[in-house]
Amino acid sequence: MDTKVANNEFTIAGKTFSSRFLIGTSRYPNQQIMMDAIEASGAEIVTVAVRRVSQDSGGEGLYDLLGDRFHLLPNTAGCFTARDAVVTAELAREALETNWIKLEVIGDDETLFPDVEQLLRAAEELVNKGFIVLPYCNDDPITCKKLEDMGCAAVMPLAAPIGSGMGIRNPYNLRIIREQCSVPIIVDAGVGTASDAAEALELGCDGILLNTAVAGARDPVKMAKAMKLGIEAGRYAFEAGRIPRRLYATASTPTDGAIEL
Amino acid sequence: MTDRISINGESKLLSSSTLIELLEENGVDSSKGGVAVALNGEVVPRADWAQTSMKCDDKVEIVHIVRGG
Repeated sequence: MDTKVANNEFTIAGKTFSSRFLIGTSRYPNQQIMMDAIEASGAEIVTVAVRRVSQDSGGEGLYDLLGDRFHLLPNTAGCFTARDAVVTAELAREALETNWIKLEVIGDDETLFPDVEQLLRAAEELVNKGFIVLPYCNDDPITCKKLEDMGCAAVMPLAAPIGSGMGIRNPYNLRIIREQCSVPIIVDAGVGTASDAAEALELGCDGILLNTAVAGARDPVKMAKAMKLGIEAGRYAFEAGRIPRRLYATASTPTDGAIEL
Repeated sequence: MTDRISINGESKLLSSSTLIELLEENGVDSSKGGVAVALNGEVVPRADWAQTSMKCDDKVEIVHIVRGG
C-alpha cells in the first residue's frame, strides 16, 4: 500500500469506486444546489427513490439529469414489508436497468428503524433473484453477519436514526461489525457533520451514505466538501493506525539533556 | 364499455388497449428511461409494454425515479 496516499478506492460486488462517499438526492433547497453538492462530494454512487408517477409531476427528469454521470443506486425507502420492498426493487431494476438496490424495510414511522425480520426476508429473496443487495440495517453485529452470510454485497448499519444528525451512537458495535464482517461496511444514516464521517472511517468502516446532513446544512455545497474531506481524513487515520489510549502522560519531548538547577 | 382498472391506486375507466397506450394517456413518455410498470404486482418488462393488455379490475402501478436518500 502506498504510504503517502490513503486508499480512497473501494470495491462492492466486484465494482471499484474512487470515492467512499455515497450521497442522496433528497431535500436540497433547489436542483442547482443539489448538483453542486453532488459535484463537491466527489461521490460516484448517488441514491434515488422509486415513486408513483403523479398527474401533476409529469416526471422530474432526475434520470435524464443524473443517469449518465453517476452510478444511480435506487432505494426501497417507504417500504414496510418484505413484499413491498421486493416489488419496489424489481420496479427499480426495470426503470434503471440496474440490479443494485439499497434495501430499506422500515419498521416504524417515528424512528425509521429497520424491521429486521422483514429486512432479512426481503434480502434473502432479492439475493436469490440476482440483486446486488445493500441493506440499511441496525448497528447490530448479528443482523449484519446474517445479511453477509445470505449474500448481501455490503452491510449498511445506521449510526443513528435517519436524518437525526446524532452521529455515531454506538462506535463499539461498529468495531465489532468491522471485526466480524468481511463485506464492505457503509455507515448509512445518522451522520451529522464531517467529524462523524471521519470517526466512522477511523473505526474501519469502508464508506458513508448520507443525505440530510448535506442537503439540510446552511451551505450544502460546503458541507458536501467537508464530508468528503472528513471521509478522506478518517481513512488516512485508519490506515495510519491511531496510538493506544493511555490514562497518563507520555512526554513527547525527550527528557535527556534537560538542565537541572 | 364500463370496465374499470386501478392506476396508481385510482379507479379509472379502461380505455386503452395496451400498456404503452395507457402510459401515453397518463402523460408518461414511454421512450424515456427511469420508468417502470407493474401489473397486479408483477413487473412488466419494457419490451412487453406494446403487447400487454389489461382487463377489468387489473391493478397497474406506474413509477418513475425521484429524489431519495
